[in-house]
Amino acid sequence: MRLIVPLQGVVQGRGGLILGSLIPCALFYFLQFYLKRHRSPPSNPPSQSPSAANLSELPRSSSRANLLARGSTGRASLSARATSIAKPNDSPYYIGLDRVREDPYDEIDNPDGIIQLGLSENRLSLDLIEDWVSQNLTDSKLGVGSQALGLSGIATYQPMDGLMEFKVAMADFMTEVMGRTVSFDPSRVVLTSGATPALEILSFCLADQGNAFLVPAPYYPGFDRDIRWRTGVELIPVHCRSCDNFTLSITALEQTFNQAKKRGHKVRGILISNPSNPVGNLLNRDTLYDLLDFARERNIHIISDEIFAGSTYGNEEFVSMSEIVDSEDADKDRVHIIYGLSKDLSIPGFRVGVIYSYNENVLAASRKLTRFSSVSSLTQQILVSMLSDKRFIQEYMKTNRQRIRTMCDLFVAGLRELGVECTKSSGGLYCWVDMSRLISPYNEKGELDLWDKLLNIGKINVTPGSACHCIEPGWFRFCFTTLNEKEIPVVMERIQKAVESCKPSV
Amino acid sequence: MRVIVPLQGIVQGRGGHFLGSVIPCALFYFLQLYLKGRGRAPPPPPPPSPPTEAEKQLAEQSSPSSSSSSGLQRVHSRSLLFSPKGSSGPAHVSSRANAVVKQVDGPYYLGLKRVEEDPYDGVDNPDGVIQLGLAENRLLSDLVQEWLADHAKESIMGKEFSISTYQPFDGLMELKIAVEEFMSQVIDRPQFFKPAQIVLTAGATPAIEMLIFSLADPGNAFLVPSPYCPDLDGDVKWRTGVEIIPVPCRSTDNFSLSITALDRAFNQAKKRGLRVRGIIISNPSNPVGILYDRETLYSLMDFATEKNIHIISNELLLAGSTHGDDEFVSMAEILNTENLDRNRVHIIYGLSNDLSLTGSKIGVIYTFNENVAFAAKKLTRFSSVSVPTQHLLISMLSDKKFVRQIVEFSTERLRRMYIEFANGLKKLGIECMKSDGGFYCWADMSGLIRSYSEKGELELWDKLLNMAKINSLSGSSCYCVEPGWFGFCFASLSERDIHSVIHRIGEVSKTCRSF
Repeated sequence: MRLIVPLQGVVQGRGGLILGSLIPCALFYFLQFYLKRHRSPPSNPPSQSPSAANLSELPRSSSRANLLARGSTGRASLSARATSIAKPNDSPYYIGLDRVREDPYDEIDNPDGIIQLGLSENRLSLDLIEDWVSQNLTDSKLGVGSQALGLSGIATYQPMDGLMEFKVAMADFMTEVMGRTVSFDPSRVVLTSGATPALEILSFCLADQGNAFLVPAPYYPGFDRDIRWRTGVELIPVHCRSCDNFTLSITALEQTFNQAKKRGHKVRGILISNPSNPVGNLLNRDTLYDLLDFARERNIHIISDEIFAGSTYGNEEFVSMSEIVDSEDADKDRVHIIYGLSKDLSIPGFRVGVIYSYNENVLAASRKLTRFSSVSSLTQQILVSMLSDKRFIQEYMKTNRQRIRTMCDLFVAGLRELGVECTKSSGGLYCWVDMSRLISPYNEKGELDLWDKLLNIGKINVTPGSACHCIEPGWFRFCFTTLNEKEIPVVMERIQKAVESCKPSV
Repeated sequence: MRVIVPLQGIVQGRGGHFLGSVIPCALFYFLQLYLKGRGRAPPPPPPPSPPTEAEKQLAEQSSPSSSSSSGLQRVHSRSLLFSPKGSSGPAHVSSRANAVVKQVDGPYYLGLKRVEEDPYDGVDNPDGVIQLGLAENRLLSDLVQEWLADHAKESIMGKEFSISTYQPFDGLMELKIAVEEFMSQVIDRPQFFKPAQIVLTAGATPAIEMLIFSLADPGNAFLVPSPYCPDLDGDVKWRTGVEIIPVPCRSTDNFSLSITALDRAFNQAKKRGLRVRGIIISNPSNPVGILYDRETLYSLMDFATEKNIHIISNELLLAGSTHGDDEFVSMAEILNTENLDRNRVHIIYGLSNDLSLTGSKIGVIYTFNENVAFAAKKLTRFSSVSVPTQHLLISMLSDKKFVRQIVEFSTERLRRMYIEFANGLKKLGIECMKSDGGFYCWADMSGLIRSYSEKGELELWDKLLNMAKINSLSGSSCYCVEPGWFGFCFASLSERDIHSVIHRIGEVSKTCRSF
């Protein structure tokens, strides 16, 4: 834009006198008024009633509030961010979880309750875990007797980010789970009370307030809370489509990145889940290499949420991001992995999550922040024993995988009988079901109507695609690992019931 | 301020020509230049150009190690094909993470690090550094270990619900009920806490942070009476963007909080443009150990009501009033007897430290404010207690006989240790602040420092660390305005240890007095 020379008219003798003189003067006036208004502080000196002075000799048994005619000056208010956090749940994902909590299905006690298919929790192999715990939980394993009083006891400094032996055990477990193709280093392991805080801490370290991450959509609804709530980082979905089997396309990633840049968002990283949630497919080696290239070219991070790495049951091989990075010498700094024991080891109640990073700065900052989300030493001690019991772990992983596969096959077959298809998934505890033919109209509203019918008429809680930011309506996530085999026909019946109610009466 | 009329000179024919004309014009120029500079877009990064020929050749030459039947696999990324330019820059770490890493370098954290590197052990490492800077309570460890030896296994396993599955993040209802009964038993008053208003977290640290997130926005501030424990800096400031304004307390007042000082600090904050959202107190104060009496608590409530701010009270129950004459008065008791605005008070209780359960962090938030409770419950997804630990605690806290034993021993042992330690220091000529509770002896070592300043204090702290191999809590790291005060935690020592510690301090004090 051209510079408007004030007083141009005066200088050059041409028009522009008004422009060049009035504008700066007007601006100057307004500036002064603005400054004046902002400088004067609000004043309300409190007033006390005179009788208060006489009471100072008597022992105080009540506050002055009762004497003031005015009473309190205002309601104690919450912060703006708490107000948005404290809003009642509005996503169907959380509403569904709440409804199941109020009215949970029980075969004997509450056969009309709501069956939970909306929480990806693995209950198929709980018996193995609980058997192990009841057989092996001895005092020595709990560390009883080792914390003697006084300085002559064992040095009890306990690092917030986990005991060294637990880190070693966890690194070994991760190596085992991810196929033994790469060896995990305990010094890069940071332990947190669950994968949820692990993701929050990592987001805090990689992005500042107002920055953004790209996330392939559909994605796990919890990301919205884990990342947006307190860190102030935005999530920008990169939409994947059914024609691609919902796999991530680098072209779409590029397009979204460029659009984000145009809108002024500073993208700091890509958050992928592998095996993906809610679709359940695995990213192949080529895609992972492409991702690394993409990240390098734009100087951003990659966060790979591999929490379902041990819950794979298909024929495809799981490739961890760490394997890709292992062969590189440069750019390890931009790769970070989130893991946890909630899904693969069926122990969400133990609250154990892992940040695994190759970036020393990120590790240093994360370790400091684990004070807010630390794992209790009792839990660590139990798990050190469990994870060190290699025979048990191998047995468990094998059996668990078989059980997930069996359940998946049964469930998918049951759905097929109803005429409903799923995408072919190879991992995770759920299947991604296409019910688009059953919704009308073919949009988000139609999908939510069907979800509502499934919840209220069918009495099953599932996760609709819109809660996962899926761009195509009609897709639902059904978690089948909270069921046992007997319950599958019950579920199918209920789906049928709900679906019938959708069809217009003839 | 007067309004400067541009073109005054022209209008009135007096001086002011310069002021009235040149200033607006200059401002206008600068405004335009600024707008121009901002509007310029950053240059786009150079696009990569992978030569496909070279890529194909490389793919053919490389022999994949893994056995895959789908032809040649990619084993390298395209970076190897590029010219030595390599990546476009080092991976960026957020500025707030860098700030967190940098913040841990005062004497408080240096001391902690030294202990970590070289911890004292009576048998294996007698020359190591003794930790007296952290408020760790191990006086009940033997009782707790004994109980665990008898009951741990069955208490973890023998419950109705599974230890492995998802449970509500803010804690099992059974545990909340057990905590509430425990608290009532300890304070020996009728129950005034409702289990449904309790939120359980993985320690007092996340509890404080959650409350700060719920009560304040970035850029707001909290008033905190100083000296205060340096951990509070991390809890309050690191991730929330909220500031702490210390309200200095003086030895002449016995380091107790004066409402005048509070008011002054509030007004100063306002002048600086900081919006104060609340006050954080520790009761008994940490590290000095003074209890708040009813009068002060009522005055605090009045102050908070007047200024429309919150109060966060971090309380210790068992270790509340062990070696003084005053009795512990909980904020909850004040609220219970008054028609006060309960919505502005929030109580935090670090259960695990009171019970010597080091390592199993459990914190309790108790608030009458439903909105805050609701927000805090949602935030517990980031800091929840593991279910096996919860099961253990339910059994432990429900064992009334054990709780009685704990209460009795806790009071008695804390008192004994405090008196021993304080007397030991007295013999060296070092006086301790007369305190009522808590885990520290707050000692006046100003007579031993060379120059009555922070520098002198740090020199003494350094001597204690390197000569006597003791990590103590220096007053300056607690934002104490008077130099020379030191905190020594006596709750992790046995009686025998106290003698050797006092001896070590004595050696250092000898070298100081020779000045």
